[in-house]
Amino acid sequence: MVEFALPANSVVQTGKTFPAPSGATRVKAFKLYRYNPDTGDNPRLDTFMIDLDDCGPMVLDALLKIKNEIDSTVTFRRSCREGICGSCAMNIDGTNTLACLKPIEDIQGDVKIYPLPHMPVVKDLVPDLTQPYAQLASIKPWLETHSSPPPDAERLQSVEERDKLDGLWECILCFCCQTSCPSYWWNGDRYLGPAVLLQAARWINDSRDETTGERLDALEDPFKLYRCHTIMNCTSTCPKGLNPAKAIAGIKDKITERRY
Amino acid sequence: MILRSPLGRARGLGSSRSGSDHYWAQRLTAVALVPLVVWFVASLIVVTGSDLAAVKAWASKPYNSALLLLTLLTGIWHGLLGFQVVIEDYVHGALTKHLSLIFIRLVAAFLAISVSLSTLKLALGG
Repeated sequence: MVEFALPANSVVQTGKTFPAPSGATRVKAFKLYRYNPDTGDNPRLDTFMIDLDDCGPMVLDALLKIKNEIDSTVTFRRSCREGICGSCAMNIDGTNTLACLKPIEDIQGDVKIYPLPHMPVVKDLVPDLTQPYAQLASIKPWLETHSSPPPDAERLQSVEERDKLDGLWECILCFCCQTSCPSYWWNGDRYLGPAVLLQAARWINDSRDETTGERLDALEDPFKLYRCHTIMNCTSTCPKGLNPAKAIAGIKDKITERRY
Repeated sequence: MILRSPLGRARGLGSSRSGSDHYWAQRLTAVALVPLVVWFVASLIVVTGSDLAAVKAWASKPYNSALLLLTLLTGIWHGLLGFQVVIEDYVHGALTKHLSLIFIRLVAAFLAISVSLSTLKLALGG
């Protein structure tokens, strides 16, 4: 059954508070989930009072300021700081999003920051994404063909065929949608989840791929695909404005289509 | 101890090549139930207050008894499909899951037979 009781040592406790520098006028509280597996302590929520007049506009700017100036042990992933690498995906103000794309001023009250939900935590805001990465590999996210390529040209695609990939190729694999899906929370070991299914749709819809049927075969399963109950958390949380629920519906349509 | 690779675990037992039956039947019964339930509620309003003989006369008209059976059986079928999803979502123990899935099928079969017999009895007299 679903586990409603938390495992031992997982109750989040109140942590330390770091006050704002004196003279700061625009102060905002950032509450960060902290967990260090090496200490054996429970996770805690540390509070950092940040002077917004001395901080960049995005949540990631505040996190970098905290790490650079207040507590260098705060651990999180980041790289491009412009919404294209997908590293800084985390749960901010109750919604999975990218810290680099989330303006601080969009958040009312304290800024609460947790790691992506329902994943094992490596440390602080760093989730263990081994499972979704393995699931991504399982759908063979690359072009598969049986015919030989033209001897001295690319495999061609018309403009209309290329249009079918719009809304799919833009995914940066941040797994905001994957970890926002209750179906993935309860059955993540078997359900592939919205991010992986959107990638599957990206290759199913690619006119150059010649294994569409095999791809559909591999997905036609009550757990791998049909755990999607169109809850739509994926679509409402996607920081890139994509629609994984629609992509999944497209896969279901194709599977139904080939039966009749 | 689990040393199987993450990819091996993700691929698991592979695809069962099924599930689209369930998906399609669930949608089909859902859409079918929209007009059927409207007809059913309208009929209930019409026969409410009538005596037994009048209800029997209404139910013995073939299109009424056919629609009545269709509504009840489609509803039970749709309910069974829905319960199956709930169990697959939330029940994770292998034994409890399989026993629950068998149990709801037996319940659905019992209900289907009961409502069929009752409707036929009403329609054919007895």
